[in-house]
Amino acid sequence: MKLMGYFRPNGRFGIRNHLLVIPTSVCASDTADKIAAQVPGAIAIPNQHGCCQIGSDLTLTQNTLAGFGKNPNVGAVLVVGLGCDGIQARPLAEEIATTGKPVKYLVIQEEGGTPNTVAKGAAWAAEMMRELSVQQRVPFDISAITLALECGGSDPTSGLASNPAIGYASDKLVAMGGSSILSETTEVIGAEHLLAKRFADPVQREKFLNQVRAVEQRAIAMGEDLRSGQPTPGNKAGGLSTIEEKSLGCMYKAGTSPFEGALDYAQERPRGRTGLYFMDTPGQDIDSITGMVAGGAQIVVFSTGRGTPTGSPIAPVIKITGNDATYRRMIDHMDINAGRIITEGATVPEIGEELFQLMVEVCNGRQTKAESLGHREFGIYKLTGTF
Amino acid sequence: MDLSLYKSLWEWYTRHRFRLTKGERAMNAILHVNPKDNLVTCLRDLHQGEQVTLDGVTYTVEQEIPQFHKMAVENIPAGGYAYKYGEVIGRATQDIRVGEHVHVHNLESTRGRGDKVQPKEEV
Repeated sequence: MKLMGYFRPNGRFGIRNHLLVIPTSVCASDTADKIAAQVPGAIAIPNQHGCCQIGSDLTLTQNTLAGFGKNPNVGAVLVVGLGCDGIQARPLAEEIATTGKPVKYLVIQEEGGTPNTVAKGAAWAAEMMRELSVQQRVPFDISAITLALECGGSDPTSGLASNPAIGYASDKLVAMGGSSILSETTEVIGAEHLLAKRFADPVQREKFLNQVRAVEQRAIAMGEDLRSGQPTPGNKAGGLSTIEEKSLGCMYKAGTSPFEGALDYAQERPRGRTGLYFMDTPGQDIDSITGMVAGGAQIVVFSTGRGTPTGSPIAPVIKITGNDATYRRMIDHMDINAGRIITEGATVPEIGEELFQLMVEVCNGRQTKAESLGHREFGIYKLTGTF
Repeated sequence: MDLSLYKSLWEWYTRHRFRLTKGERAMNAILHVNPKDNLVTCLRDLHQGEQVTLDGVTYTVEQEIPQFHKMAVENIPAGGYAYKYGEVIGRATQDIRVGEHVHVHNLESTRGRGDKVQPKEEV
């Protein structure tokens, strides 16, 4: 199947053509915002980290920022650094520039402060925006699409209706040569034995199981009951009692395809190896979506029983709910009503087809409700505190 | 490739469709996802004293149960496992009788329980 998208010099295809302003650290975030505010359509991501982080946390932030810049939905990038921050502007810009897309960087301390940085940055950004505006969509094969699978604000309808419908659409994409990413390691606890069987490669299976063990061990090592955070109060009010019940519903998003491998947070899948992947992300939706988009996902499908407005700065997010009442109450946010499986006897494949067709339209340019409302939630996963 | 998940999903798709096209356009009261389950999901609010039928067996609802919450269709002794999707979703913290609401007040997770680990001695 052919879709229409933006060709990138590294051979990938985007379904949006964003100009992204990336602050290397929290200290540059406000300045990045001020630059983006000068140029209609430019998007600055609110980076809360990037300085005084150590080890794996610093790497997570670096990989996430680089991944956002490299995502094929981004046509051009302006990196803004403070100068003394843990993540340096120049190497980050150089890393993103390996994709062949236009990248520039600015350092606040070198420019002599905010007014100079904003003036120069806005002029550069405006020029980049004019260049992006002449780029046309061209045909490409659907196998170049990576779909991020997410659920949040879940209730029991997610596992019974919306997640199986997502699984159908994901299976269809994978069968057409595309890729999908299941995420949220916390929400695998209690279902890992079923998912592990679907990894053909024993090394990748063991990596996946270790990712799940590490999360559970983290709660145990803290001497805490995972239940204090998972399921959430909203999950429980909706009728989900335990993390196991939540996980067993969550895993239906991955359909029935075999798993090609397990990815680290923000890691891109290996070149030429399309298919279904698992990514190690937290159950917190914003951090999880951010990780998958940093890993190259161009589009997100998000299942929600309770209803949530979440979007992403650079990837369209399609909302599907299994709860008919939520669909009606949150109609401004919900793109698909899978609650009809429960209330009207619609089948999972019927709703799955409807979702797949909407995915195709959204890839070709149709805005999702989250996009049309300007939702751009962004958050980077963190394992430990700031030093 | 292991097809058991696919099969159970497919069975569920067809079972579900079958139930809802039997002229019961109004929502079915309860959904039993997997034959192994000792719990069902209530598809609407269930009221105390009401009778609901599943696969020819009639159950009396013992408590008010909100929509999409779970009801026991077998007695579960304290410490016994609760099953949904054919899998363990937790352990009963007290005796649960048929027709009772099963939720966080009588069911607990068996996973990620750092609170149950003896604190190590400080060195």
